[in-house]
Amino acid sequence: MSWILALPFLIPILAAMVAYLGRKHENTGRLVSVFSCLLLFGVTLLILAMVESGGVRVAQMGNWSAPFGITLVADRLSAIMLLVSATIGLAVAIFGLAEIDRERELLGYHCFYQLLLAGVCGSFVTGDLFNLYVWFEVMLIASFALLVLGNTPVQLDGGTKYVAMNLVSTLLMLTGIGLLYGLTGTLNMAELHRELAVMDAPVAMDLLRVLFICAFGIKAAIFPLFFWLPASYHAPPLPVTAVFAGLLTKVGVYALIRTFTLLFPAGDGFGHELLLAVALLTMVTGVLGAAAQYEFRKILSFHIVSQIGFLVLGLALNSPLALAGAIFYMVHNIVAKTNLFLICGTAGRLTGSYELREIGGLYRAAPILAALFFIAAFSLAGFPPLSGFWAKFLLIKSSLEQAAYWVCAIALLTGLLTLFSMSKIWAEAFWKPHPAAGDYSLGKLRPSVRAMHLGPIVVLALITLSLGLLPEPFIEFSLLAARDLLEPAEYVTAVLGTYAK
Amino acid sequence: MKSIVLQTATRTFVALLLMFSIYMLLRGHNQPGGGFIAGLVAATAFTLLAMAWGVKAARQALRISPEGLAAAGLLIAGIASVIAGLFGDAPFTGQWLFLGGSETEKGLPVSSILLFDVGIYLSVLGAVLTLVFALEEND
Repeated sequence: MSWILALPFLIPILAAMVAYLGRKHENTGRLVSVFSCLLLFGVTLLILAMVESGGVRVAQMGNWSAPFGITLVADRLSAIMLLVSATIGLAVAIFGLAEIDRERELLGYHCFYQLLLAGVCGSFVTGDLFNLYVWFEVMLIASFALLVLGNTPVQLDGGTKYVAMNLVSTLLMLTGIGLLYGLTGTLNMAELHRELAVMDAPVAMDLLRVLFICAFGIKAAIFPLFFWLPASYHAPPLPVTAVFAGLLTKVGVYALIRTFTLLFPAGDGFGHELLLAVALLTMVTGVLGAAAQYEFRKILSFHIVSQIGFLVLGLALNSPLALAGAIFYMVHNIVAKTNLFLICGTAGRLTGSYELREIGGLYRAAPILAALFFIAAFSLAGFPPLSGFWAKFLLIKSSLEQAAYWVCAIALLTGLLTLFSMSKIWAEAFWKPHPAAGDYSLGKLRPSVRAMHLGPIVVLALITLSLGLLPEPFIEFSLLAARDLLEPAEYVTAVLGTYAK
Repeated sequence: MKSIVLQTATRTFVALLLMFSIYMLLRGHNQPGGGFIAGLVAATAFTLLAMAWGVKAARQALRISPEGLAAAGLLIAGIASVIAGLFGDAPFTGQWLFLGGSETEKGLPVSSILLFDVGIYLSVLGAVLTLVFALEEND
């Protein structure tokens, strides 16, 4: 019981070390990486099934009972995030086999990739605020290494911005944690929920809200703290960008959702009002930034920012439906966004560039890729019946229920502008002929490389399609997860034994 | 930098520092000390060696590459935390073996916690030396 919750980070950490020690042998790292991702996928699937059948699951590390030791907790939100992360981890690991050169493998690409997954999974499964900080650090170090691996000037430039901004975030988070510990004497999140509910220190609480919004906001790339993201995400090799785009910012959003439902629930204080304003500004600035770009990866990077706005919006509206929308949106967005980056990678590999002006003709040369891009891109823009439509539908419906009409208007406008960017990519990369004649079809790739490119993309597109065509079970699940978040009695009872103090 | 005084002193100091680091590692079990701080002390020994005799000599004295040492250390710490599973305990639970223990005598306690600390010791040593050697070699 306690093991299954520790496995999501134990497997990748052990795999990382084996991959590093065996990096000199051609295939060790690759095999270990894919095998570890497969195991991780199986384990997270099992965790989800356990949470679905028996409610919140808890494990105490080292047999130290809560709140003295480190507690691992999996509720519905954690479980679904773990499963989606493992899916993305597996897809990008396979894609990476075809894209990462031998030099980067020798420098330890597979090791850092697994460490990154360990950090992500650890963040989702921990029930302790300081432990969350530790997993953020693991993630940061691994992502920094992945970002600069290979030492090209553009990578170092992007890496510096990335690391500087993330260090500020870490510092703010640590300050907040210190303050919280001084105030309550505990960092176990379930116990913090109990302590803070009866805390009479409005100034300190507001300070903490701001500190945590800034700290997690930098990680999640919300307005006005997002600028490090478009400045660094185009630098590393594409599989690295894809996994960053899919998972890293979402860990920040997850941390925001966790803290602002469990620690600082809506009601007193201005946390949720601040989040609402920030969410709307993030949505609009992100999508406007994308409209001005003409580089495939940079357009997609700005869209990450815009979509983070939707996720935070769901949290800020703070109704069961809105939170369910945010959770559904998160799952849909991780899958669709990663897939778009993978498609972008294949397009770049075929045409030799990511600059939209220099490429084209993919509709004719690689019609399968065009169809797959269509699914992911129009899902992101919120076209029915694809998954993005249901995600936005839930959020917009909940904003209408709260009579927040201008929120609804901004969300719809953002959707329209997203469609504009996606049609720009469609027209430039797929529709118009390539400026230089040549063979840009998938046929020129070796069969094994082609399989490693298209396999993950097809699987992710199928997930997007099934989320869109059969949304009921997923929406049902999101609603239950949202209810767990807004009524944390089950979570607290599972960790501490009793809800009342 | 070549200095005969430094080089001669280093011979003694390296041995002393390494001995002291192992003492710190073992003492850390119940008193201040432990794998992290002991790893740092051991790293100072090799850093001193690198400054006095050059990085090449320090690498030779270390025998294993510092990166490999760091990875092996983490692997050992990982294994130490997984051992508890063989005895049906939660991850990271300390496992104890009392060598030569009897009804009346406690014997010599050996634990998976010590193994974990050794892992930390090696990974700190390896990580710090990776940085130090890289900086020294760039001069």
